[in-house]
Amino acid sequence: MRIELEVWRQDGPQDRGRFEQYVVVDATPEMSLLELLDRLNDQLVEQGIEPVQFESDCREGVCGACGVTVDDRPHGPVPKTPSCRQHLRAFGDVSRLRIEPLRSAAFPVIRDLVVDRTALDRVIWAGGFVDVETGTAPDADDVLITHDDAEQALDFAACIGCGACVAACPNGAAHLFAGAKLAHLALLPHGRLERGRRARALGQVLDDEFGPCSSYGECVEVCPAGIPLAAVAAMHRERLRGLFRGKAD
Amino acid sequence: MTTGERPGFLARRRRPTAPASEPVRASQSATAFGAEVDSMAPQLDAHVPAGDPLTAWARRCAEYRLVSPANRRKFTVIVVGTGLAGGGAAAALGELGFQVDSFTFHDAPRRAHSVAAQGGINAARARKVDGDSIVRFVTDTIKGGDFRGREADVVRLATESARVIDHLQAIGAPFAREYGGQLATRSFGGVQVSRTYYTRGQTGQQLEVATAQALLRQVQRGTVRLHTRSEMLDLVVADGRAQGIVTRNLVTGEVEFHAGHAVVLATGGYGSVYFHSTLAMNSNATATWRAHRRGALFASPSFVQFHPTALPVSSHWQSKTTLMSESLRNDGRIWVPKQGGDPRPANQIPEDERDYYLERRYPAYGNLTPRDVASRAARDEIESGRGVGPLRNSVYLDFRDAIARLGKAVIAERYGNLFDMYHDATGEDPYVEPMRIAPGAHFTMGGLWSDFDMMTSVPGLFVAGEAGNGYHGANRLGANSLLSACVDGWFTLPHSVPNWLARLGSGPLLAPDAPEPQASITAVNERVGWFLASAGSVRPVAFHRRLGALLYAGCGVSRSAATLGDTLDQIRELRAEFWREVKVDGRAGQINQELEKAGRVADFLELAELMVVDALDRTESCGAHFRAEFVLPDGEARRDDAHWANVSAWETTPDGAHRRHSEPLTFQLVPLQVRDYR
Ligand SMILES: Cc1cc2nc3c(=O)[nH]c(=O)nc-3n(C[C@H](O)[C@H](O)[C@H](O)COP(=O)(O)OP(=O)(O)OC[C@H]3O[C@@H](n4cnc5c(N)ncnc54)[C@H](O)[C@@H]3O)c2cc1C
Ligand code: SF4
Ligand code: FES
Repeated sequence: MRIELEVWRQDGPQDRGRFEQYVVVDATPEMSLLELLDRLNDQLVEQGIEPVQFESDCREGVCGACGVTVDDRPHGPVPKTPSCRQHLRAFGDVSRLRIEPLRSAAFPVIRDLVVDRTALDRVIWAGGFVDVETGTAPDADDVLITHDDAEQALDFAACIGCGACVAACPNGAAHLFAGAKLAHLALLPHGRLERGRRARALGQVLDDEFGPCSSYGECVEVCPAGIPLAAVAAMHRERLRGLFRGKAD
Repeated sequence: MTTGERPGFLARRRRPTAPASEPVRASQSATAFGAEVDSMAPQLDAHVPAGDPLTAWARRCAEYRLVSPANRRKFTVIVVGTGLAGGGAAAALGELGFQVDSFTFHDAPRRAHSVAAQGGINAARARKVDGDSIVRFVTDTIKGGDFRGREADVVRLATESARVIDHLQAIGAPFAREYGGQLATRSFGGVQVSRTYYTRGQTGQQLEVATAQALLRQVQRGTVRLHTRSEMLDLVVADGRAQGIVTRNLVTGEVEFHAGHAVVLATGGYGSVYFHSTLAMNSNATATWRAHRRGALFASPSFVQFHPTALPVSSHWQSKTTLMSESLRNDGRIWVPKQGGDPRPANQIPEDERDYYLERRYPAYGNLTPRDVASRAARDEIESGRGVGPLRNSVYLDFRDAIARLGKAVIAERYGNLFDMYHDATGEDPYVEPMRIAPGAHFTMGGLWSDFDMMTSVPGLFVAGEAGNGYHGANRLGANSLLSACVDGWFTLPHSVPNWLARLGSGPLLAPDAPEPQASITAVNERVGWFLASAGSVRPVAFHRRLGALLYAGCGVSRSAATLGDTLDQIRELRAEFWREVKVDGRAGQINQELEKAGRVADFLELAELMVVDALDRTESCGAHFRAEFVLPDGEARRDDAHWANVSAWETTPDGAHRRHSEPLTFQLVPLQVRDYR
């Protein structure tokens, strides 16, 4: 398979960046998008060109390290699938791809396809945790949680922290990500005790660092963890609840 | 030890050939391959409290010295790694009030490879009436590890396991629940009770996310300073104790010294030395290897677990292998065609021309034999020419009979996501044709040697999680390593590190301009400079790929003196070629993944030699270490307790020679016995 690539090259945060044209002549349908980039890099080094910098780690869809934009779609053309699990065979008849970093004001480009996503961690450290000191937790079998609550909490907790939702959003909002965390922790007995406080704190970071949510729903289409739109609703609801209630829980 | 005494990186360039060494032959003794087995070397003391191992940990905790709350912030502890082990240790020590500096080469703490674990985490909570208990847990783990692990440590693992589940569920891990609201459990290989706690197939992810959250909570509280995209490239030892680390900022390229009163390495396993492994692309051994070169003994480097149900390598560009959960072996039947090279598609091979070799060889356990046994059997079939797939390097895992018996819907409910993942990765539909699987490097039981307090042979240097050699002996039981990482991080180091600090006192930290940190910084800068100036033409990754192939062939699922000897020579040649031919593009002051990779591969090339030396030295078969020469008449592993009931802990001298130290093992709770799964 011959694939023409238009790849974003940017030497550093201050560089303006540009697209470069490359061709990989020996791509195969089994390759993942990232293996295509591996192959490209082998080729570039042979030609004396610096390899394209891009991130990945687990390559099985769970660490959230990968994420590039392909023809304007965060992660790639296959919906709800991380870049590392986008296989060329699923791309149909394409022979040309444009690859650039995840684009969002909250994620400055560091180099080529690598962006800085620490804004997501700042959402968590504002309050996306549970205040329990090590060793003080009660017996987990004494804390009853219904089967359904545990499963639902897990649906929200499945977020891999890739940031594609932010990149997909025309406003650059992080409501899917933050709402998933609020919904996850609000379903668990310990998490519930700080529900209001947490919602206010996370809401504040969203205001400070990300765009507003206009409920476009683009985020859900790209989310590789299948986080439902209900997470966005949870963000709005939890925040309002927290503001009206004014209490910690 | 100063850098001047080590073979400098520049020295390597001047002398690019392999260190002079005799070609190794099967009959030669350990000394001939550059390793010295020093019978005079003192035996290692693991500092296990004397007496009943069941109470050893409680007694030790009672003896530990404490640091009063007001004094804790006068101490700085460096924790490298934010996986379950490092994230837990940093968060817990931060909660206690110590100043913690936490490092990861990832962009966020949550990306540590713990996140990829699927199956579950064991705990000896023993609430059910299925006969579980602390002693049962210890027995399973020691036996599973083929009697090459330290018993008292395993008791601690079992004892603290109950609290691990309590704590992680409280900080946010939504463990699976029964309809009555209680925790649900499942069974894992090598045990007959149900003690594995899980969150669907994402247990590692949920534990890791909860741990990373708890760590960020301490960042917010100001007790933990988080250094992301910072790679530890050297350990600084001064006055005979660990006093800090040297890191490279992966974005700016800045090389810095960070001082601490204690250093904890929780940097994960080195299975990725095999290139194709179930580990992440960036997993590497640099932190522990650099610490080893500064004096920390490296234990059992050749003890590597190969997972029997990994995806086979199907093409030269494949970047890694993916783990398919062990649970598939509950319903899938493993087979190969009786006729090697049978050209027919699997479904056209009639029943009587199939060899269900696990069921045939191990009728009692069948397809559920432990990992090492299943991996070895698969390798036997592949080696003898009966492998399947385009490269004839895999075996079938077939669900045809299960689908016929239970219906497609039941199988889909049990394994749907795994089937999708397989389909996604290979393009083949496992509902229609059998999966193809092959043994893949997965977990390293070896690691930095530590005593009962988790302190390495360098005072003040602690190790936790897969980076260490604890608990698992020569073979790890499924779901025991998430547990060991959690127990180390959350419930062991928060006791033993303060004990060290209390004894040390809160003196001043080592100054950055002291000779030792300066020497380390210079060495790191020299190496970076050397790589960037290198005149070769080959990417570092190409050497990694070749090293992996050498190790799979020579130091893999089964080894022999002959394969190991050849591999040792080949590794040394490859290393010489690396230093001659490697090419590293780009600059130092920016993200440069080629440069990161080059340093990691350089360290892998040294570690690989020690792995082979260890495998060659240990003249017995035990657990995952299977030496073809040491077998019983029926071909099963022959352990040699008379000579090898011990842990080999290696020292590498500044000039690169290896010297074995040995920790004798004794068993009080679990009498020595032969593992038999037939
Ligand atoms: C695919 C897979 C599935 C598994 N499934 C299970 C399971 O179901 N049950 C089970 O019990 N075990 C399982 N395991 C094993 C288990 O996941 C690991 O042993 C365990 O998570 C290791 O945790 P850790 O904290 O020691 O290391 P890791 O989680 O690997 O963390 C290492 C940390 O160290 C950092 N680091 C490393 N080197 C440096 C350096 N030089 N400088 C700075 N930072 C550094 C990394 O950034 C990372 O933060 C599985 C393993 C794999 C690969
Ligand atoms: S919500 Fe989905 S898209 Fe957003 S960070 Fe989480 S996994 Fe990625
Ligand atoms: S590389 Fe881990 S999610 Fe893609």
